Amino acid sequence: MELNVWAVVAIGLVSLATFSLGYRSSRLASTTQDFLVARRTVRSRRNAAAVSGEYLSAASFLGVAGLVLKDGADALWYPIGFTAGYLVLMLFVAAPLRRSGAYTLPDFCEARLGSAGLRRLATATVVFIGILYLVPQFQGAGLTVHQILPSVPSWIGSALVAVLVIVNVFGGGMRAVTLVQAFQYWLKLFAIAAPTFVLCVLFFGQGGVNGLGATGLSEPMPPRFTRDAVVTVETDVVLQVKDGVLLWANGRVHGTAVSGPTYWGPGDHPVDEGTELRFSAGSETPVVHPAVLDNASWLRPVTGTGDLFTTYSLIIGLFLGTMGLPHVLVRFYTNPDGKAARRTTLHVLLLLGLFYVFPILIGALSRVYAPELLVAGRTDAAVLALPLKIAPNTLGEILGAVTAAGAFAAFLSTSSGLVVSVAGVLSTDILKGRVRDFRFGTALAGGVPLALALVLRPSDISLSIGMTFALAASTFSPVLLLGIWWRKITWVGAAAGMVVGGSMVLTSIVLTTVSGYTGGWAPSFLQQPALVTVPVAFLVVVVTSKATQSRVPPDTNRTRLRMHAPDRLGFIRDRDILRFGNAEERTRLANGRHRR
Amino acid sequence: MNGAASGQGDSPAPRPRRKKVVLADSRAPVTVLRTVVELEEQTSWAEEVVRSFIRTQFKDAVKFAVGTMLLFCALPLAFYLFPELSDVEVAGVSLPWLVLGVAPFPVLFAIGYWYNLVAERNERDFVDMVEK
Repeated sequence: MELNVWAVVAIGLVSLATFSLGYRSSRLASTTQDFLVARRTVRSRRNAAAVSGEYLSAASFLGVAGLVLKDGADALWYPIGFTAGYLVLMLFVAAPLRRSGAYTLPDFCEARLGSAGLRRLATATVVFIGILYLVPQFQGAGLTVHQILPSVPSWIGSALVAVLVIVNVFGGGMRAVTLVQAFQYWLKLFAIAAPTFVLCVLFFGQGGVNGLGATGLSEPMPPRFTRDAVVTVETDVVLQVKDGVLLWANGRVHGTAVSGPTYWGPGDHPVDEGTELRFSAGSETPVVHPAVLDNASWLRPVTGTGDLFTTYSLIIGLFLGTMGLPHVLVRFYTNPDGKAARRTTLHVLLLLGLFYVFPILIGALSRVYAPELLVAGRTDAAVLALPLKIAPNTLGEILGAVTAAGAFAAFLSTSSGLVVSVAGVLSTDILKGRVRDFRFGTALAGGVPLALALVLRPSDISLSIGMTFALAASTFSPVLLLGIWWRKITWVGAAAGMVVGGSMVLTSIVLTTVSGYTGGWAPSFLQQPALVTVPVAFLVVVVTSKATQSRVPPDTNRTRLRMHAPDRLGFIRDRDILRFGNAEERTRLANGRHRR
Repeated sequence: MNGAASGQGDSPAPRPRRKKVVLADSRAPVTVLRTVVELEEQTSWAEEVVRSFIRTQFKDAVKFAVGTMLLFCALPLAFYLFPELSDVEVAGVSLPWLVLGVAPFPVLFAIGYWYNLVAERNERDFVDMVEK
């Protein structure tokens, strides 16, 4: 693909808008409280847009379409789970958590269970989840830049996003980020809805593929190229062929050097890095192993018991994982009270549902128009590549620029939110909670994941995000749910559950990563272990708590009253005010100097 | 402060209007305060009231959660046990794609909307009962 000037301009504009919005509102932020929770003056609609803006990450913007292109109907569970997590959050967590007055997850653990040790454990977990979530964001940024400017190596994109985020958070913290996030949601919605709409119109206007009036998506045949295609394989892969394909190859296939036309029969074909493959229009598309080979099974959900296990595991992990994501929960603290927190969640359900229809459509269209992404194993680029495939002219370039801008908005917003929450936790729990500490935490929270993103080999964005959800669901979700609703939970039980659940997920993460480098021997359930780890974590919390009933905190009843009593009765005590003081008081105490 | 006072001194001040001064409103706030104090002090009555309120809220939330889970967890099983469902087409789109790709989002929002009504009604009932 040649240089797309439009895309570069669009990305520049998005970065500039993010930066200037952040900078302008950062002049209003000066106290620790401003940095952490935006003074709780954010209204529920804007807050909902901000939550959604923060939440719609690279996994939603690029990853969903990529997985739909590759796995078909089974991938539809990702957007469902990403949305339904908020319903569970709303049912069990949103209002009580807001009323507890805790400003971060570790703070909630301490407020409810009165243990500084548990707080430190929770801090470590938050930092870990945050970093794990940030890595695919930065890698996605690299992928996007590489897709638009093929001559630029992907580490430049990662570094660019990381630096932008750090600078933005440095300037204004949460306040700036709230405004930016709300803006980013609408930007992302536009950036995916408008191109999808135009592409669908073009698709139906052309009367389907090549005027045939059919997509071939329901037939038992592999996807076929709609026009001649050249693919360069960028990492060593095994390509699967269903019927047989005649192609032109230059490089190493099956371990021997090839240059010229070759025929691949049905079966596996290992291809080495740097090999160039040319296909003619109408020929079968080889697919990176493991993936769905023919369109008919792509169209069907759940074709075997293995699929059934993965699907249920995914449902559990995503439904329960959302509540344990640090950047989501911090955002709820900007609601004025519990009722507003619940309403915000309701708005979020609406906004997310509105968004997810579009990546699904793009994924399905890419199966028809951009099958070469399956060969290169770069299915995450579907949203970026599709416009030029359907409309190979200026219109396609402009639409591609819009989606690229949206993708950049996705990286910027999610990464900002994560960096703010990780930095907030680092600065208040490990350092002393001054503004300077927050900035140090920011540099750390952005720098470490960037380093990891550059070192680790990228995998499918949505898959690695799914793993992070599983980690959150196996650590924080038992503590939150039982902490809010069960009287007898103790800090020992909570800690045991977090350690056991967390280490089980960590083991499977390490195993899948190692197996990714050494031939992919790990069974597929290790990629989504939530169906096992979440119940085990819950069980451990319950059993250990029952065994240590003498450790139930003495003020349990009071804490529960505060969490559940309706807002009108006025039991909310904001813990950050208790710790850092009121914004107005601080202003008065600041030597009479007028601070804004 | 000073600047404002001197600025007013130049122009003739308008006659102050009569105002009704109320030391304490004899209605709602006092009772709210009393019950709130009682709740805060954890009397046996307050403890029982709070516990039953939390139980109501929990039961409602669980009802909604179980319903949602049953609804969604039935889908993979249904498609697994009855593969012919995947062959059904509605308006040119195969049924699983409509059921999994479009329908969940309005359904989730509707469940959320309904729960919000229930939860807020429970809270109003509780406040009414406490303030009585």
